[in-house]
Amino acid sequence: MSENNIAVKTELLTKKFGKFTAVDQVSIEVEKGEIFGFLGANGAGKTTMIRMLCGLLKPSDGKASVAGYDVYKQSENIKKNIGYMSQKFSLYDDLTINENIEFYGGIYGLSKEIINSRREKLLDQVGLSDIANTMTRDIPVGFKQRLALGSALLHDPPIIFLDEPTSGVDPEARRGFWDLIYQTSEEGKTIFVTTHFMDEAEYCHRLSIMRDGKLIALDTPGKLKAQYGKDNIQEVFVEIVNGE
Amino acid sequence: MNDIEIKNFTKKYGVTEAVKNINLSVKKGEIFGLVGPDGAGKTSLIRSICTLLVPDSGSILVRGMDVSKSIAEIRSILGYMPQRFSLYQDLTVEQNLRFFADLFQVPEKEREIRKKQLFQFSRLKPFQKRQAGKLSGGMKQKLALSCALIHTPEILVLDEPTFGVDPVSRQEFWEILRIIQKEGTTILVSTAYMDEADQCERIALFFDGNIKGIGTPDELRANFKYPLYKLSGSILRDLKISFSSFEEVHTTQLFGDSVHVSFKKEPDEKQWGNWQESTNNNLVQWTKLKPTIEDVFLDLMETK
Ligand SMILES: Nc1ncnc2c1ncn2[C@@H]1O[C@H](COP(=O)(O)OP(=O)(O)OP(=O)(O)O)[C@@H](O)[C@H]1O
Ligand SMILES: [Mg+2]
Repeated sequence: MSENNIAVKTELLTKKFGKFTAVDQVSIEVEKGEIFGFLGANGAGKTTMIRMLCGLLKPSDGKASVAGYDVYKQSENIKKNIGYMSQKFSLYDDLTINENIEFYGGIYGLSKEIINSRREKLLDQVGLSDIANTMTRDIPVGFKQRLALGSALLHDPPIIFLDEPTSGVDPEARRGFWDLIYQTSEEGKTIFVTTHFMDEAEYCHRLSIMRDGKLIALDTPGKLKAQYGKDNIQEVFVEIVNGE
Repeated sequence: MNDIEIKNFTKKYGVTEAVKNINLSVKKGEIFGLVGPDGAGKTSLIRSICTLLVPDSGSILVRGMDVSKSIAEIRSILGYMPQRFSLYQDLTVEQNLRFFADLFQVPEKEREIRKKQLFQFSRLKPFQKRQAGKLSGGMKQKLALSCALIHTPEILVLDEPTFGVDPVSRQEFWEILRIIQKEGTTILVSTAYMDEADQCERIALFFDGNIKGIGTPDELRANFKYPLYKLSGSILRDLKISFSSFEEVHTTQLFGDSVHVSFKKEPDEKQWGNWQESTNNNLVQWTKLKPTIEDVFLDLMETK
């Protein structure tokens, strides 16, 4: 892999909270355009890892670069080059869908003209054009999640971090969301996604599975199944989580 | 007498009907699942059962008592865990558990037994001294669940209890629900996980405030009339697109590492051969499949 083909690279990345090590010497390389799945039991360190890569949390040790920028020194550049949809995505309930998009555009310092020129295409892409003037509080979680993705894509970042985007979402809406993830990846964007749905894990190009802060496995879903001698990722996951 | 009896129940917000004239009963001692897309009205129904919302028309009886009249009596036998239940963020795991055990006056011996069971599922024992606010999202949810389950109410109502909980813990959580059920508790639970629907004795499929199907998981499966196959191939998304265009096909859905395809009528060997050819051998394997609740659900949504 040539260096300029790499979207995210970490070397022995570590995060400690006091004496507790939440992320323990994790080294990964994510290629541009990849859909990279990040799995692990509750508390394995997925969100902590993502927050470090988004420049929101300072690592305790190790190296990491995102879009070619160093997480220690260039977190402002990183923020401009990534979209982040957090586990508890924060939308404003008392704003309409349109207003939420404008608000996020403002955070990223986009001009009114740019926001307006992108908004229509974006709302169309995430399937919310028809209800753009609805109050966010009146739309179901499945739609909020699409709006959150739309907001994360507004400044057209090359790398997107999605932390449990489909939790609490019904099977049909989840499938629709993954169609969106695929479309976004086909535009050349890199997607870093966590999920507790094992069928979704199968849709990722490559998967990493963490346990207690450590990276235990990293490969394509097919190779992981072969390596662990299992029929599906669910079984691979159970074996890794229960292993010592 | 049924533990929960719902007759012609309607709940409106302004002019929109969140729940439309539904009938449903939950038998004593069963685990009953409310399954449906978000916004279908599950939470409105649950909150009404728990005396927190007043029905606009129709009635809900809990152990024969009316939810709009016997509020205190119903609350004393009913345990409720709302969606996105929040804990005391500045209390530790241990202190939160103790707070709820005290609140529900759980005897010392009982709480030790239950705590042990709950720690097995939650794996939070090593983190007892950590503040709830510093737990991961799923760990918080597991602690909230543990606080709700530390006492044993006669009727337990859980709104999306496994939101954000990892697959291993979800399985163990359902084992605890069955222990609680064996102790005589009636359980009503809503979920977006279709594999959990299969763990319930009976389920109601909710869409747009209406019930589209009610019965045991097997009964609902029997409603799925189309021959269903599980297909594997080299490029699944393309395989799905190819099959969606075939005339003989009713629906296609991605299911992890396979595509589920239902047909208008049972296909024959010759057809399979043709399909292999027309997909340039992207179709590798096909096996007949018993529909899962997820198949039933998706079919209802597509054809609604
Ligand atoms: N501020 C903090 N202080 C102490 N411990 C913390 C803090 N933030 C996170 N942790 C701990 O770090 C570990 C990893 O948490 P993280 O949120 O990264 O897990 P996760 O893999 O995202 O889990 P989930 O699937 O539940 O979202 C957990 O044990 C958590 O309690
Ligand atoms: Mg997390």
